[in-house]
Amino acid sequence: MRLSRTERTVQVVIYVLLTLLAFLTLYPFWNSLVISFNLGSDTSLGGITFWPRAFTWENYEVVLRDHRIAQAFVVSVARTVAGTALSILATAVFSYGMSKTELAGRKYYMIFCIVTLYFNGGLIPYFLLIHGLGMMNTFWVLIVPGAISIWNMIIFRTFFKEMPAGLEESAKIDGCGHFGTFFRIVLPLSGPVIASLSLFVAVNLWNDWFTATLFINNPKLVPIQSLLQEIMNANTVTEQLRSQGGSNFLDKIFQARTVTTKSLTMATMMVTTLPIIAVYPFVQRHFVKGVLVGSLKG
Amino acid sequence: MYRKLRAQYQLLIMSIPFMAVLVLFSYVPLWGWIMAFQNYSLSHGITGSPFSGFNHFADLFRDDRFYLVLRNTLVMSGMSLATDFVGAIGLALLLNEVRLRFFKRTVQTITYIPHFVSWVVMANIVLGSLSPDGGIVNEVLMRLGIVHEPIMFMSKGSWFWAIHTLAGLWKELGWSTIIYLAVIAGLNAEMYEAAEVDGAGRLQKMWHISVPGLMPTAVLLLILATGNLINTGYESQFLLGNGLNIDYSQVLDLYALDYSFSIGDYSYGVAISVFKSAVSILLVLGVNQAARRLGGFKAF
Repeated sequence: MRLSRTERTVQVVIYVLLTLLAFLTLYPFWNSLVISFNLGSDTSLGGITFWPRAFTWENYEVVLRDHRIAQAFVVSVARTVAGTALSILATAVFSYGMSKTELAGRKYYMIFCIVTLYFNGGLIPYFLLIHGLGMMNTFWVLIVPGAISIWNMIIFRTFFKEMPAGLEESAKIDGCGHFGTFFRIVLPLSGPVIASLSLFVAVNLWNDWFTATLFINNPKLVPIQSLLQEIMNANTVTEQLRSQGGSNFLDKIFQARTVTTKSLTMATMMVTTLPIIAVYPFVQRHFVKGVLVGSLKG
Repeated sequence: MYRKLRAQYQLLIMSIPFMAVLVLFSYVPLWGWIMAFQNYSLSHGITGSPFSGFNHFADLFRDDRFYLVLRNTLVMSGMSLATDFVGAIGLALLLNEVRLRFFKRTVQTITYIPHFVSWVVMANIVLGSLSPDGGIVNEVLMRLGIVHEPIMFMSKGSWFWAIHTLAGLWKELGWSTIIYLAVIAGLNAEMYEAAEVDGAGRLQKMWHISVPGLMPTAVLLLILATGNLINTGYESQFLLGNGLNIDYSQVLDLYALDYSFSIGDYSYGVAISVFKSAVSILLVLGVNQAARRLGGFKAF
């Protein structure tokens, strides 16, 4: 099809705009990546844009050798794996129960569930609850409180309801109870929905930093994102000191070396984000599907 | 009754324990609201602290800082809501006009990425880019000769709202287009063909078919988002805010947190939460009414 002249101009404008947008979205990440590979002392001279000027692995060596960061990474991995497994299993079992119309009191449970989406007690009562339960500074606080997700429950429930009824009936005739039907028939057939939801849960768990900031001060249990926040906080403080004319104590510590707080922060950040970026291209389609299932049917 | 319960004991086992967990973590904290009507102290607990009636709420409505923080909350969520709404629809329309599938998919993939990156990392990048100390934004501005001295972006309180809105847009813009793209894809292809026969150009088709086709979904999403106006997150404000811009960056949740933990006045902090929830309930119920009347749609 031939395009008229104005149409062609419109097309060009659209392509230029979108390219610009993609560039603006991606560039800050790229710049951070470049800084993480640039010699810290060289970075502080400024002017690092598209390519490292003095390439080095040094920042990563320091970061990867740091015990706290390694520990935090392990905590985050453990939390993500255990938390995802727990959340998906619990939510799936719960949703199966809730998908059966004969369940006594189902309507009331559902109201109870949905109210929680719009309504909560606020941070302080929640904090005192966790405190009262003795969950402060435990691994449990990182995985248990958010395990039941109502959004995911709604998605699971919709999925279970759409399964052919004949499958479950025949299982029943063969002598399966609800447990048997769920674990042997329903769960194995729920692969796609489990995959989509697991990804969402895992990303949220990996990215969450606020829970640990509130409830964890044992350095052995701090996840990587919260550690990064601590590092970042320390940097902001020093920057403020500097802007007010004070001296930068961290800079003094690092003066003798080529590594700076900035280059270290960037390297830590990359280590923190890498797992997500690494799986992202493979699972993007699932994510999109998950959103659409959740928003159109939920 | 008993027989009915017995027949479904397996189903009950599959739902009751999880309901219990939900009640524990979502409803038990509501019990803590009593604190808002007490002079709560940690040592006495909820059962032992003396009651003070509505004192804390009276204080709240006399507190200038409270109004400041409320303003910040509403302005920032309003700005995010508006920019995200307009931006997502605009981007979806542009993406829809792209013929090259590879190009379209690449742009989508790239703009979705920030959604999956944590706020900690995003805030870190924002602060790094805006830093007066070799931050890329200042570098570019200086190289172009627009400014001669690096700008201290994060020290200028009044700039915080704009910075915060742009940061949020960067993170969520691409992701917000998903639903609009799905709606456009679902529009009747015959309408486009008919318009083409009638001699409509691409812009005309966009304006007369795609935009009206998006409107029902857009209005609905906008209405639902309005219900959450006071419930905006606090992560980004927490991470981007600092002592110099706190008059613009502090939102209700952070104010409550600050009051409770640094000053030790838990009751006042809870009073703020209670106020927030009350407004949020009114908004959600109001919005639900509006949505029902407009589109016969039930939000919940």
